[in-house]
Amino acid sequence: MNNYETVFILTPVLSDAQMKEAVEKFKTLLTKGGAQIVNEEDWGLRKLAYPINKKSTGFYTFLEFNAEPSIIESLEVNFRRDERVIRFLTVKQDKFALEYAEKRRSKGGKKQDRTEKNEPSKPKRGEKAEAVEKETVLKEKEN
Amino acid sequence: MAKQTEIRYLTPLSVDVKKKKYCRFKKNGIKYIDYKDPEFLKKFLNEQGKILPRRITGTSLKFQRRIAQAVKRARHIALLPYVTDLMK
Repeated sequence: MNNYETVFILTPVLSDAQMKEAVEKFKTLLTKGGAQIVNEEDWGLRKLAYPINKKSTGFYTFLEFNAEPSIIESLEVNFRRDERVIRFLTVKQDKFALEYAEKRRSKGGKKQDRTEKNEPSKPKRGEKAEAVEKETVLKEKEN
Repeated sequence: MAKQTEIRYLTPLSVDVKKKKYCRFKKNGIKYIDYKDPEFLKKFLNEQGKILPRRITGTSLKFQRRIAQAVKRARHIALLPYVTDLMK
């Protein structure tokens, strides 16, 4: 048994229920193959750093699991065959990664908070712009 | 009048104060570089999204290899761009 982690991106055209169904499909595939899922994280709809298949956003899902190496191939074949998956990455965790992953899991709640905070960064910029506007108004008043 | 004091630095102060570079991973005891944290990895990229050389960041060879690996993984899952302009 090895420890693996996988990140995959689903197309943004799916509805919430469809997305969850797709995630569930891969999870059952793993558990049927004798894998134990250690951790699951849903990063939600995120902006991609560059467009993939002409899509600029995607649903990210992160899974950690213990499994026999033979499962990985069938998992990746299923990723390739599934049109809903636009990108995937599976990595075997070495001892340092394992240590890090445990730490990450223990403070998992905080991490998710951070991603949530990162997403609505645009309104913050808007606020700043408003503040600048207010300053200019004040200056004008002084003049 | 207070503004005059701010402009006074016309001659460079001391040029030959060189800071010794160090490997931040060895210093802080970081053993694993996470590819899922693009904000951290951005410290090792230039504005075009290229990986900065060791001679600039001061990272040790061992961790430079791991940075490179993590950055490439992050690029694959679209957390970091392969090419851009003005990333920061």
